[in-house]
Amino acid sequence: MPPVVEVRGVRYSAGSRQIFDGLDLTVRQGSITAVMGPSGTGKTTLLRLLTGQVFASAGSVQVLGQDVALLPRAELFALRRRMGMLFQNGALLTDIDVFENVAFPVREHARLPEPVLRRLVLMKLEAVGLRGAEKLMPQELSGGMARRVALARAIVMDPEVLIYDEPFVGLDPVSMGIIVQLIKRLNDALGITSIVVSHDVPEVGSIADYSYLLAGGKVIAQGTTPELNASTDPSVRQFMQGTSDGPVSFHYPADDYVGALLDASDIGRRARP
Amino acid sequence: MIAALRSMGAVTLFLLKVLAACGPALRRPGLIIRQVYNSGGRSLIIIMLCGVVVGMIMGLAFSDMLARFGSESALGVAAGMALLKELGPVLTALLFAGRAGTSLASEIGLMRATDQLTAMQVMAVDPMRNVVAPRFLGGVIAMPLLVAIFNIMGLFGTQLIGVSVMGVDAGTFWSQMQNALDVGDVGEGLVKSLVFGVACTLMAVYQGYHAAPTAEGVGLATTRTVISSSVLVLLFDYMLTAAFL
Repeated sequence: MPPVVEVRGVRYSAGSRQIFDGLDLTVRQGSITAVMGPSGTGKTTLLRLLTGQVFASAGSVQVLGQDVALLPRAELFALRRRMGMLFQNGALLTDIDVFENVAFPVREHARLPEPVLRRLVLMKLEAVGLRGAEKLMPQELSGGMARRVALARAIVMDPEVLIYDEPFVGLDPVSMGIIVQLIKRLNDALGITSIVVSHDVPEVGSIADYSYLLAGGKVIAQGTTPELNASTDPSVRQFMQGTSDGPVSFHYPADDYVGALLDASDIGRRARP
Repeated sequence: MIAALRSMGAVTLFLLKVLAACGPALRRPGLIIRQVYNSGGRSLIIIMLCGVVVGMIMGLAFSDMLARFGSESALGVAAGMALLKELGPVLTALLFAGRAGTSLASEIGLMRATDQLTAMQVMAVDPMRNVVAPRFLGGVIAMPLLVAIFNIMGLFGTQLIGVSVMGVDAGTFWSQMQNALDVGDVGEGLVKSLVFGVACTLMAVYQGYHAAPTAEGVGLATTRTVISSSVLVLLFDYMLTAAFL
């Protein structure tokens, strides 16, 4: 089967900070692919590259067989309609209720008779277990519920690719388990290709068919969860087991600690008013 | 200086983008009507209240001033001209910037901060068309209506104090006003209210759309909205008054 996403040799900088330096990544159709890595490795930037919100300075990003950077605006929008994305905080529209939030992409892109639209939306809400919440406003939802509504919205147009940006952050264990199961179920039942960006290793590892581990702008390891767990590379081991000591430093780069504390002239100067 | 020119350029470019998005937005009248209510309907009370008070102040001050020249009968003309041509549009625009402008800027800024605008883009929906343009059109439509209401309330206030308290004859008050004011004066006020509507609403949506996605950024955007709208309104008022002389 052809890959759904193919990222080749991508370089990207935000200002003076180099975020990607030769990134390669492939997502097979129908799979759940995890992209893991410590905070600040550009996982969210990767999602922005995939949806064509930012463009790489070198290399190519192909989604569903099309090069995102070369598409004219209208075709980029057409491509985005075939993709769904779940945002970290849900990003529900706060001025309309749950039903209208899920109905939003349909109302924008298709002219469906109201009864058909209503059934479609209720089916998607049922799939995430929130049919009873259709009349609530986004402010009345808990974090986990908001994310499930956002998930219903992401699948309402029946996308071929579904992208999850940190779907587990800030959830209680029960909600987290529900989301993990939903990702797996939607992937299997609807035949969607799923890309899960996360640093919650055990959760995402339990459902991922294949994982990429990013660090320093590159893929430092890839494979199935058992393969990554068995890795002897110290950086991979540190990340998979979540230890604070290892090649990835806990400290932001700084001057010599002892020197900074013992610099008496500095203390004297600041003590005076 | 260069920074000022650059931001003027950025605002102009943004205005062109908003205008380009207005065409498609017009096909969704529901969104615009809702924004006319949000910007206009919700500003009604403060506009009406301030209109009456401003009118009452004019009733007092103008009667006193005109009495010194023995021409209290000109109260209607003086108040009518001041309201229609200057005070109505300018004060309404300043109140609008404080009431509707700030809420537009903070609403759009918060939508930016909570990824709602990005989410729309990813859903292949253009936020310029769906969020910015309807709010812009709503504000531009609401402003002349608010100015008209402000003027009516203002004349009512002037009449209330001038005629009932200061003793100007009611017949003289209205007939002098009717004789001295013509369609041109009303037109001047209308043009001003449209220009101010564009200026105030544009500043609000521009600042909101470009707000930094933080609590501080949204706060800054609302402050900037009030300041830039107020300065623009007064500058444009001077230019338009000069042009209509």
